[in-house]
Amino acid sequence: MTGSTDVLIHARGLTKRFGGLTAVDGVDFDVHVGEAFGFLGPNGAGKTSTMRMISCTSPVTDGTLSVVGMDPARDGTRIKARLGVVPQIDNLDAELTVLENLLMYARYFDIPGAEARRRADELLDFVQLTERARDQVEPLSGGMKRRLTIARALINEPDLLLLDEPTTGLDPQARHLVWDRLYRLKSRGVTLVITTHYMDEAEQLCDRLVVMDHAKIVAEGSPRELIEQYSTREVLELRLTDTNRGSLDGRLDDLAERVEELPDRILLYAEDGEQALEQVHARQIPIESALVRRSTLEDVFLRLTGRTLIE
Amino acid sequence: MTALRVTQRNLWVYRRTWRGSVFGSFLTPLLYLGALGVGLGSFIAAQDTSALGGVTYLQFLGPGLLAATCMQTATFEATFPIMGKISWRRNYEAMLAAPLSVRDLVLGEMGWMTVRLTTISIAFLVVLTLFGIPTSPLALLGAPAAILTGLCFFCAIMAFTATQKNDSGFAALFRFVINPLFLFSGTFFPVDRLPDALHAVAALTPLYHGVALIRGLVLQTPELANWPIHLSYLLVFGSVAAYLAYRLLFRRMVK
Repeated sequence: MTGSTDVLIHARGLTKRFGGLTAVDGVDFDVHVGEAFGFLGPNGAGKTSTMRMISCTSPVTDGTLSVVGMDPARDGTRIKARLGVVPQIDNLDAELTVLENLLMYARYFDIPGAEARRRADELLDFVQLTERARDQVEPLSGGMKRRLTIARALINEPDLLLLDEPTTGLDPQARHLVWDRLYRLKSRGVTLVITTHYMDEAEQLCDRLVVMDHAKIVAEGSPRELIEQYSTREVLELRLTDTNRGSLDGRLDDLAERVEELPDRILLYAEDGEQALEQVHARQIPIESALVRRSTLEDVFLRLTGRTLIE
Repeated sequence: MTALRVTQRNLWVYRRTWRGSVFGSFLTPLLYLGALGVGLGSFIAAQDTSALGGVTYLQFLGPGLLAATCMQTATFEATFPIMGKISWRRNYEAMLAAPLSVRDLVLGEMGWMTVRLTTISIAFLVVLTLFGIPTSPLALLGAPAAILTGLCFFCAIMAFTATQKNDSGFAALFRFVINPLFLFSGTFFPVDRLPDALHAVAALTPLYHGVALIRGLVLQTPELANWPIHLSYLLVFGSVAAYLAYRLLFRRMVK
């Protein structure tokens, strides 16, 4: 225990093993009240296993974990009463209506009927599903189901909302609507813990995040700090034909702090991307296309692991 | 008491279909007793019926069918709906993220099953009474006996379902376990008609004990004297099956 009252999750050497497979390998992190904390990493990095230990649905193999000041092994039920969980794959009750999904979930938390009804109406309004209250769940779009799952996770007015890849599989418009609702929750002071393999999601939502790869945490900080520490301000992306690529002979190497060769493009990490591009033109290197952009967490991830987030 | 939330969830779902379901609870015994009890029974009446223990075939069949119907309903409820909640629709995952435990899931489902079996048993007893089968008010105790029989199957098969990856094992379960039990556990003819080896096997199954107990209670046949054996068997079988259902569902859900 840290003794600090504003730490909602405290993990030291947290480990999860499934038989011979180590899914989470001795990770340390703290999540504080009111922050949006992210786990960024590719599929299979150990994000979901970490989330499941936090949500007290998967026993800790080794290390210490305390959630809202309690031990999941001993106080799982009491911890769960204070959490909201949005799982990766929707598990809404397909045999109940939209409103019934919220009311029934309220029953699981022993919330009295009248209070459950008040909260359900409020939450349906919050996730913009009031008009679908009497409908079955099945015909709802993916974005609506996601919003309903978020509303359901809020029915017990949780101290901590756990979201496992909240926008995976949603179209851009639906994603933005979900993000907007999560912003609002954050501004109301709800603590968010988010896993994602989308760098833009992590940048948009997270105050602080850890980058996970192969069951370990490889970096920690705010999106800005991570970019400053592990990448340059700008990136020049070049596309070349294969023949031209073969005849480069390292002629790009001195144009940037770092050059990263990907199967489909070459990334030049430079403080000033436009200037690097001018140099490329000056050297008459034949390129198909060029793009100058700001560094993102994707670049941080590439730098840290040598791989892209979404293959 | 949190387990009752799980029961309540199933009742909410049942609210949509209860009319058809209750209608079916009356229709099944009517059809079987009409066709087999009255129809087939009229042929059997012309034969020597001493093996039935001095009752008509209709009387013999009625209580046995009650036990068999409870078995079949419980089996169905413990297969596809439970598999759906484990893996297709992930209801259990959602429930376990709330302050419910695997124990609540098992007890809650048993609670729900008890409600269903109660309506089935009462409907059945009403139909049996219409056919003039029960011989005394003791027949009312046939209902709890039938519920207990159904719960034995429910728990045992829920334990089985918890070990299954998908529904492909269910066809085999129905074909090689439930249907043979339905046909050979004393529902349609006395098990002592079977070869000795099969008779011994039949006597080990919960349906045999359920049929014998219910038949004894409804008809007050001399078989009733063995009620402590049948009841103990069902209680022990049911308790072990419930514990196994809990252990195996826990292993499936908590990883």
